Amino acid sequence: MSPLQDLIASGPHLLPEAVLVVFALGALFFGALLGADRWFGLTSTAGVAALVAAGALAIARQPVAPVDVFLGAMVIDGVSAFAKALIAFAAAATLFLGAVHFNATRERRFEFPILVCLAVLGMFVMVSAQDLITLYIGVELQSLSAYVLAAWRRDDAFSSEAGLKYFVLSAISSGLLLFGASFVYGFTGSIDFDVIAAAVSEGAGGVGLVFGLVLMLCALAFKMSAAPFHMWTPDVYEGAPTPVTAFFAAAPKVAAVTLMARVLYEPFAGLEAQWQQVIAALAAISMVWGAFGALLQTNLKRLMAYSSIANMGFALMGLAAGLEQGPASALIYLALYVPANIGIFALILAMRRDGAPAETVADLAGLAQKRPWMAALFTMLLFSIAGVPPFAGFIGKLLVFQASVDAGLVWLAVLGGVAAVVAAAYYLRLLASIWFQPPAAALQPAGNANLITATFAAALTFPILVVALGSIERWAEAAVRMWF
Amino acid sequence: MGLDLTDYLPIVIFFAIALVMGAGFLIAAWVVAPKSPDKEKVSAYECGFNAFDDARMKFDVRFYLVSILFIIFDLEVAFLFPWAITLTDMPTETAQFAFWSMMAFLGVLTVGFIYEWKKGALEWE
Amino acid sequence: MLAAIAFYVLAAVAVISAFAVIAARNPVHSVLFLILTFFTAAGLFVLLGAEFLAMLLVVVYVGAVAVLFLFVVMMLDVDFAELKQGFLSYMPVGALVAAVLLAELVLVAFAASGARGAPLAIAETSGGVTNAEAIGLVLYTEYLLAFQLAGLVLLVAMIGAIVLTLRHRPGVKKQDISAQVGRRRSEAVELKDIRPGQGLG
Repeated sequence: MSPLQDLIASGPHLLPEAVLVVFALGALFFGALLGADRWFGLTSTAGVAALVAAGALAIARQPVAPVDVFLGAMVIDGVSAFAKALIAFAAAATLFLGAVHFNATRERRFEFPILVCLAVLGMFVMVSAQDLITLYIGVELQSLSAYVLAAWRRDDAFSSEAGLKYFVLSAISSGLLLFGASFVYGFTGSIDFDVIAAAVSEGAGGVGLVFGLVLMLCALAFKMSAAPFHMWTPDVYEGAPTPVTAFFAAAPKVAAVTLMARVLYEPFAGLEAQWQQVIAALAAISMVWGAFGALLQTNLKRLMAYSSIANMGFALMGLAAGLEQGPASALIYLALYVPANIGIFALILAMRRDGAPAETVADLAGLAQKRPWMAALFTMLLFSIAGVPPFAGFIGKLLVFQASVDAGLVWLAVLGGVAAVVAAAYYLRLLASIWFQPPAAALQPAGNANLITATFAAALTFPILVVALGSIERWAEAAVRMWF
Repeated sequence: MGLDLTDYLPIVIFFAIALVMGAGFLIAAWVVAPKSPDKEKVSAYECGFNAFDDARMKFDVRFYLVSILFIIFDLEVAFLFPWAITLTDMPTETAQFAFWSMMAFLGVLTVGFIYEWKKGALEWE
Repeated sequence: MLAAIAFYVLAAVAVISAFAVIAARNPVHSVLFLILTFFTAAGLFVLLGAEFLAMLLVVVYVGAVAVLFLFVVMMLDVDFAELKQGFLSYMPVGALVAAVLLAELVLVAFAASGARGAPLAIAETSGGVTNAEAIGLVLYTEYLLAFQLAGLVLLVAMIGAIVLTLRHRPGVKKQDISAQVGRRRSEAVELKDIRPGQGLG
């Protein structure tokens, strides 16, 4: 097949991406012509529909064998389909929550769903990347949209600070990514993952190549907020508008972890001995730092930031195991963690007092007496994130521990167990506040949309995902089998 | 590398002349012009009374918006140069493909441009 | 010989002006030195045979980014002398980080000189094709995906800049040219028949 025919034949494989691009351009065009802040609800609904359609298409059109598209710039395979579906559904849920929230607070700017969809497009490119340029552009598309979303409340000093901090620090990490990628290119002579993998297995590069790889890993760790590259996370999570925080805590994590898995297991599979230490160190520091850092937090969004750092540590623990269960367990972990996280943010968004958001741990006091249903949902979701059986989160943790032990990283699993126990302490602190403390001042009634989302998320943590675990596991394991 | 630096001779000569002329006038003024500065002569002066504050003023944020929109279109133009000089050298099929690929790129940015226009970002209040 | 002289002159100017960027007291001077740095870097690209990159550096960085920097410096109105107050206390940490980075770079440089297959990546343009042409021959076809995604990145930048900075002031009087041109005599002039001695009242 000639290059041109290959390019033309690649088109239909990118249908999920095309849906997002068509939505973004169409909404921007008509939004601009019609002065569409009035149509905020409609645009957001269309955005949610586009995301759901993209996710469904990613699943429906998953090829049997990996398909290289655009002359090897991207690949459509099981891993990309799994990650795309997860990203699209997570983004659709958070976009739904955000649209309801911004509609209620009268911040109806129709660019919101457009930027979310473009960020998701960037993530789609990330999880399918098959050369260094595609990887970088995907990361940039995602990050650039994220900076704007973080600073969405431009008249709010916190939000502007969040946007600026995120932008400056993330730009440095993008610089590291490019620097590392240039080393990799220089020492292997190619940007293509297959060629890099071949060069690596022939022993090209030496120290320089490892140096490039580590720089790239640092940048990706930054994007997924794994310690010690997490310093931006609490401030950005606290400062950004809560729906945006919910978005940050879900979809980009999946994209970054999947991209890291791809980088580790495709071009650099031959350097496993080198990267395993780095990933294990990242996992260990993230788990411990996330668990202990969260103990002192009083703001719920900051607390969730530390919780997400710790959870990235657990996902990385899966990646550190170089076996087949490793990346599979990381993907499953994310699939089980992300719904619970979205549910918790739906509940945080639902708590409002006198029109102002109620975001501190103290605001949770006595929730059980005032709103027993919300309290019950909170309990289920927190149990799942803490990893208490029989909720889905427990199974996720169990799988990454297993993978880690199988790979001989027993110390990491033990450390993870300790971190999980410490983390359970602060989740229990929240629950104690919810159930046993006298009620705080009256809360406004929660919106139905948030309660429905949270109920659905809670239902996913138990029992839907637990029952469906077998098929998720089969899917993830089949997807990563091509790497071994 | 097979690089022929003599290709750049005209521009080097151009820079040299520019440098000589610019520096020449400065040096000539420094050497020839009469000067006897004193404290009052060189101090800042505002209509007869002492300066109130720094001469630099805050710029409006709209200058920034105009300039960033300019950069975006500047980059778009940068993508046009290689396209413009190679389109005629390609085989017909490839050239058609490259043509439409550039049209898609321009189409995306045109949608952005319409958005910008309709939002009133190009208006100066 | 000529190329060597040009390289050393340009490299020296680049390093000195880059140092002046951070050493200058006046932020506007810093930006001007930055422009000089970009310019000499463009000269270095020419020496490497990458004249298209050199042109981009001049057009995009000198022409646009540096202007943006100037606007930002003027817009912020930061008292830089005040900002520099705390600088010395961070100096030891900064120097340490710089030293570590330098050591790592030296390490890599040694590794590179000893590594097998290292010079693979130097791409020669062949057959008298200028490198703008070489880029043009692949960018719009072979690297289609990256090219189109770059367009979307620019689109996001456009949306972001407008979303974050554009605000309309209420009550600003604007000139609406089409309304002016489209106005008719009947809308603009009204004839009143006034009787003598009574006024319009």
